[in-house]
Amino acid sequence: MRHGKYPFIVGFLAAPVAIYVTFVIAPYAQAFYVAMTSWRGVDANPSFVGLQNFERLLQDDVFWTALRHHGVLLLAMPLITIVLALFFAFMLNVGGGGRGGAMTGVWGSKFYRVVFFFPQILAVVIVAVIFGRVYAPDESGLLNATLGAVGLEPLLFMADPGIALWCVIAVLVWQAVGFYVVLFSAGMASIPKDIYEAATIDGANRVNMFFRVTLPLLWDTLQVAWVYLGIAAFDAFALVWVLSVDRGGPDRATTVLGVEIYRNAFEYSQFGYASAMGVALFFLTITFAALTLRVSRRETIEL
Amino acid sequence: MTTEIAPSAPAAPVAASKKARVPGGTARDVRLLSGLGHLALLVWAIVVIAPLLWIVLGSFKTNTEIFLGGAFSLPASISPDTYIQAWNEANVGRYFLNSLLVVSLSTTGTMLFGAMAAYVLARYSFPGNRAIYYMFVSGLAFPVFLALVPLFLVVNNLGLLNTYTGLILVYIAYSLPFTVFFLAAFFKTLPQSVAEAAMLDGASHTRLFFRIMMPMARPALVSITIFNIIGQWNQYLLPVALMQGENADQKWVLTQGIANINTSAGYQAEWGALFAAVTLSVLPMIVVYAFFQRQIQQGLTAGAVK
Repeated sequence: MRHGKYPFIVGFLAAPVAIYVTFVIAPYAQAFYVAMTSWRGVDANPSFVGLQNFERLLQDDVFWTALRHHGVLLLAMPLITIVLALFFAFMLNVGGGGRGGAMTGVWGSKFYRVVFFFPQILAVVIVAVIFGRVYAPDESGLLNATLGAVGLEPLLFMADPGIALWCVIAVLVWQAVGFYVVLFSAGMASIPKDIYEAATIDGANRVNMFFRVTLPLLWDTLQVAWVYLGIAAFDAFALVWVLSVDRGGPDRATTVLGVEIYRNAFEYSQFGYASAMGVALFFLTITFAALTLRVSRRETIEL
Repeated sequence: MTTEIAPSAPAAPVAASKKARVPGGTARDVRLLSGLGHLALLVWAIVVIAPLLWIVLGSFKTNTEIFLGGAFSLPASISPDTYIQAWNEANVGRYFLNSLLVVSLSTTGTMLFGAMAAYVLARYSFPGNRAIYYMFVSGLAFPVFLALVPLFLVVNNLGLLNTYTGLILVYIAYSLPFTVFFLAAFFKTLPQSVAEAAMLDGASHTRLFFRIMMPMARPALVSITIFNIIGQWNQYLLPVALMQGENADQKWVLTQGIANINTSAGYQAEWGALFAAVTLSVLPMIVVYAFFQRQIQQGLTAGAVK
């Protein structure tokens, strides 16, 4: 049985580990070092500058702007997405009311679920290009044409620094909702039917049912959703890069850390400074995930 | 995993329970609420579909029609001109084939290496097993942006910048954490008895893996393959960082190509061709999704449900 075990193990692990260490572990480890150098460009020699990049970061207005945008994204995007997805999932699974004692979804549930999920499989870049036209500032855009049809003034959307970030959030929500509808539906399907039956017999209507039965039993799934969406709120690079005016504009009104990292690295060749931003982003993400898991922990209801 | 709630054990007769449970006006409230719910579902379905349909509509229009004809008007004639322009002049065809080449190789590599590593880590005990496992899984916690600059330097030092080999290896490397995490959990659940029987029959470890374990792990392999195909097909940051240099535009993948067509459409005002390019890249997704929507939903939500 044991014959030839170690050659086999080594043989199977060698290639995956080699690729992984070269392209993932080594760069991650180096990032912390590069962040403490004033490395500018491939050919330049890196010189160690300690925490200078981080000091500069703290005084950089762009960094704080990006951070503030992540804050807005972090508050708005998961909240809107989860509320919409929860509502839709509830309608699709339980909204049809009791039929023969079991809770069913509304008519056409299957169709809705298939349609809602579709944006999820599209590349963010494609979505960004589509919404670039949907948000066009004149009446050739879908939204402004609609506004015009009901007699409203056209909006500038992505060109208006006051609402550009919210336009980005709307696209993020547009793409994400379907995924969470499916996720929450799976969670709702695993709630035993007798609980709904018991609630029905006790006279609960659908609103009661949602707040007293579905929501508490879905807590774990909600927590997963919140962490996922939160981590997505720290990204948003591809969408902002392609959709926004001037890559993060107008006047940095939509910029996020990913955009600034990319710009510093590949447009200004400031490798050290870009890496320092990467390190900051890493600690932000980790802190967020740890905090969420900590704060939202509560007794799981055993079924 | 799927979401249909099958009708089961009958409870109290509906009519009776309805009478019992709704005192006074609440029945109307509930019906109103359910009506609003229906409406909300319908509105969201329109919000999802409308932009896509509108892009398809626009892809048949000329520039003049797009800007002066009103956003909802139908094109004067259906001609394939914009599509020919997108496919040939804007190189959508080339980008599409590039993506196909890169993703078919990188997903195959990801699945092969991911399954090999996951299998060994899940079913063999040896010193360092846990360390290697956690090394793989820790990759899930790091944002790619942290590695961006050093990754660029590593790929550059290996001479792989602006090559498919480099891009494919990087795709594989960044897909491994989730693939290993997911498949290791699955390989752990496979019964030991089958493995022992095969070994008694004289199968080697390698043969056991390819002939017995891989077929048994099929459902998990399918889910995670779909997850990787979609993730790698849609990737933007990695190719945009790594496929730069001389003649890089010949090697761009579809996402890069579309982003570039988008930028130049702004200067040259060739919106019809842009709409056609977007339609061409969305269409295959719709076709694939129509056939495999169950598997795709399962594959993409696999990570979150676990």
